[in-house]
Amino acid sequence: MNEMCDISLTVNGERVSERVEARKSLVDFLRDDLTLTGSHVGCEHGVCGACTVRVNGEIVRGCLMLAVQCDGASVETIEGVSDSGEIADLQEAFQKRNALQCGFCTPGMLLTAQDLLSNDQTPSRDHIREHISGNYCRCTGYHAIVDAVESVAQARKGSRK
Amino acid sequence: MKIVADVPSPLTALDRPNSYIGRAVPRPNLARLTQGRAQYVSDVVLPRMAHVAYLRSPYAHARITRIDKTAAEKGKGVIAVVTGAELSKVITPWVGVLSHLKGIKSAPQHAVAVDRACWQGEAVCAVVARTRAEAEDACELIGIDYEELTPVTDPETALDKATPVIHPELGDNLTFERTLDAGEVDKAFRESDAVVEATFVFGRHTGVCNEPRAIVADWNPGEQRLTVYHGTQAPHMMMNLFAKHLGLEEYQVRVLTKDVGGSFGIKVHTYADEMAVVALSKLLKRPVKFVADRIESFVTDIHARDHRVKGKIGVMQDGTITAFEIDDLTGIGPYSVYPRTSGIEANQVVNLTGGPYKCPNYRARARVVFQNKNVMCQYRAVGHPIATGVTEGLVDLAAAKIGMDPAELRRKNLYPDDGYPATGASGIKFEKLSHHASLDKILAMMDYKALRADQAAARKQGIHRGIGFASFIEVTNPSAAFYGVGGARISSQDGATVRLDATGAIFIHSGVTEQGQGAEAVLAQCVASSFGVPIDRVRVITGDTDNVPYGGGTWASRAAGIGGEAAWQAGKALRQNVLAAAASILQAQPEGLDIKDGIVVDKGTDRERITLDEVARICYFRPDTLPPGFQAELMATRHYVPRAWPFAFTNGVQASYLEVDTDTGFVKLLRHWCVEDCGTVINPQLVDEQIRGGIVQGLGGALFENCLYDERGQMLNGNMADYLVPMAMEMPDMEIGHVVTPTADSELGAKGAGEAGTAGAPAAVMNAINDALRPLGAISLTEMPFTPGRILKALGKV
Ligand code: FES
Ligand code: FES
Repeated sequence: MNEMCDISLTVNGERVSERVEARKSLVDFLRDDLTLTGSHVGCEHGVCGACTVRVNGEIVRGCLMLAVQCDGASVETIEGVSDSGEIADLQEAFQKRNALQCGFCTPGMLLTAQDLLSNDQTPSRDHIREHISGNYCRCTGYHAIVDAVESVAQARKGSRK
Repeated sequence: MKIVADVPSPLTALDRPNSYIGRAVPRPNLARLTQGRAQYVSDVVLPRMAHVAYLRSPYAHARITRIDKTAAEKGKGVIAVVTGAELSKVITPWVGVLSHLKGIKSAPQHAVAVDRACWQGEAVCAVVARTRAEAEDACELIGIDYEELTPVTDPETALDKATPVIHPELGDNLTFERTLDAGEVDKAFRESDAVVEATFVFGRHTGVCNEPRAIVADWNPGEQRLTVYHGTQAPHMMMNLFAKHLGLEEYQVRVLTKDVGGSFGIKVHTYADEMAVVALSKLLKRPVKFVADRIESFVTDIHARDHRVKGKIGVMQDGTITAFEIDDLTGIGPYSVYPRTSGIEANQVVNLTGGPYKCPNYRARARVVFQNKNVMCQYRAVGHPIATGVTEGLVDLAAAKIGMDPAELRRKNLYPDDGYPATGASGIKFEKLSHHASLDKILAMMDYKALRADQAAARKQGIHRGIGFASFIEVTNPSAAFYGVGGARISSQDGATVRLDATGAIFIHSGVTEQGQGAEAVLAQCVASSFGVPIDRVRVITGDTDNVPYGGGTWASRAAGIGGEAAWQAGKALRQNVLAAAASILQAQPEGLDIKDGIVVDKGTDRERITLDEVARICYFRPDTLPPGFQAELMATRHYVPRAWPFAFTNGVQASYLEVDTDTGFVKLLRHWCVEDCGTVINPQLVDEQIRGGIVQGLGGALFENCLYDERGQMLNGNMADYLVPMAMEMPDMEIGHVVTPTADSELGAKGAGEAGTAGAPAAVMNAINDALRPLGAISLTEMPFTPGRILKALGKV
């Protein structure tokens, strides 16, 4: 159970080689071993989405994946997409629309929203709601989040014209 | 979509140059939260920090006959294994009673159970190890024997002779009872044209804060000081309690509260497992961290609601309500929670039932009984969803009985807007409310006539939609009447210190805390306006008992109304101080000067005289150039507590439009409206989002949330897959409107807004469901949550 494994991966573009317990989840590895505390732990059983990160370009639940499964993978967290500026417009819309209160769900929510917007460029409100329905937010009631995501979808569409 | 509804304040009383009052300025702390740069307690790491995990009782009620620590102590990474008896030498037990709740009783509660566990999930032994995983591993190595005792799990029989008494020394299982009899209830019922009775049941809810409870305690024997990083709503209260039960002086304890991942009343109580953390740190002389995992959150975070209320209403054929009567029974945990007690919710139900209506005849009984289940205490909108559910449910049943439109019946009975001040039948005092203006506004917002037409058209196609209303009142800005008079050291006043720094920027130190509501933005708005600087020159500091004025924190919708007023006044006081300094520099009269946009100007003409950074530079670095005898005071403190009224009652009304699938029993929420009167709106966007978030928390209770227990006291759905919470897909868009009736108790006139949404939403949904199903001959639904199974049963389909 406490077997140790060596893993090498890329996290936010940086090469990382660590020795981890085989049982350690990806989100615990990111938070505890790499001190990337922007990814959060809300339930550890795959429901709340607070631990959402990207692995090889796909959003995953960091609590349902083991760190050892990411050997050789490319992992991106909220810290990475913030520093790169990839989601700057979403972040700004969330701030302007007060689409976050305590902010605990926000990193996961932003990555999930970005996932939607990169695949479906002008989603309806219902479609936005459906896509973020695996991300629990106790504070906002979701309305403001849907507004913020919708406004970014429209702005991005406008700038593509 | 309009991203920010930024409307300058129309209010002349607050008419400062460049006022931020009434404007949707963004919160100062949001950017870092969106970037993953927050500092929640769960993120805190300290040198030598150890982690605690608890072995928790699998039984609802059991004697602990043996604890064998030997194997656990040899576990990998284990630092200490500590039993309740051992820990009780470090931290004393507590009893959750308040003297103004007459007769309330409870038994001493320990940080870790001693000899007996009283609910499933109570900690029975602590393991401290280098990592949380190692501590959990070692928990499994503890040898523990239990002798199972009969659990008390049904409130209805808790007071029966045959039921065992959980704490024999208390004599019975009754925690608290309150009765009230106002007016002439029996006569009123006798003379009514119609009397309607119903039993309302409210499920057991819990907060499910996205960040679970988290605490890091760091006892430093070298300094003889305890520093606690704590996700709490009330840092000074916790400072007092940690000191008291560890045998320290308050000044030996510092509570630091940075970012908190949601609270909603969950994080304003004393938790045994958190008290154990501070004790373990003291015992082990090193930092100890505890973060509840989700599974243990469900069985240890306070639960709330879980009331069964028998209600009765009398009404005349013309719609006049003649009397209300309720009998409330609620089963709490085995202990009344410290220090706010578990009697407050039932007490609120008695206070608030019938509250919006001018009906003098009211009788109530509320009983609170002990149960071998997780503890219950105050959670967002304490008592309000129950009182509003019962009142508004009865009002709708009465309307249906006499064949009157539910909006019309409300209009007939709501307190008239020009009839204040007024005193409710329960004795609650209203300064000034706006029920009728609110009702008019919501009917216009929802286009009530058109909505009824849509409902009728849909009905013809076999689609069953319903409209439900809920008028409500909300307790905000509590004075000392809430806790202080009952002997709890919980501050109702709050303070703010503001300071001009050497570059002309402003620092605010405030006793209220930020858990996402936007308290820091509100404080900045108040000071920027009353002092006169651009808001980006203001920095807010909260959540540090060493460095902020003594205060209550953030709960009971008090941060904006009380903390905001203190900040507003402190900003004004500092303006006077700075103008005195500027006047002495300029050899002018302070009364002829003002501060606008960070510049000292001539009052009236706005002619620029001197910048704030220049005033600060001279005062801090060249005071030698100031006139002899003049001392600049560039820091000011003010405190505020409501004095004229025990509470600033607010009011409002909600409406729900929904569709019931009569084949599956599923409810689809189509739209939701709320008109709310919280007095002066300091930041309309923050108020609206408080209301929207609150509504969804109420909708969760109406449709999904319920902590299910079996008769042995086992919680059956203690995880997020089985305890359903509202997710985006099921939730509606919500339209919010305002009526503004400021309180005259403060200069700002702001009342609270944090709980209004939760107070009214469940009743509106209940009434809408019954409105949808009544023509189908369904039995009225009065038991929340309204699950598909219950709806099909009411329709006679299962
Ligand atoms: S922590 Fe991973 S889904 Fe909740
Ligand atoms: S902002 Fe608090 S959980 Fe979403």
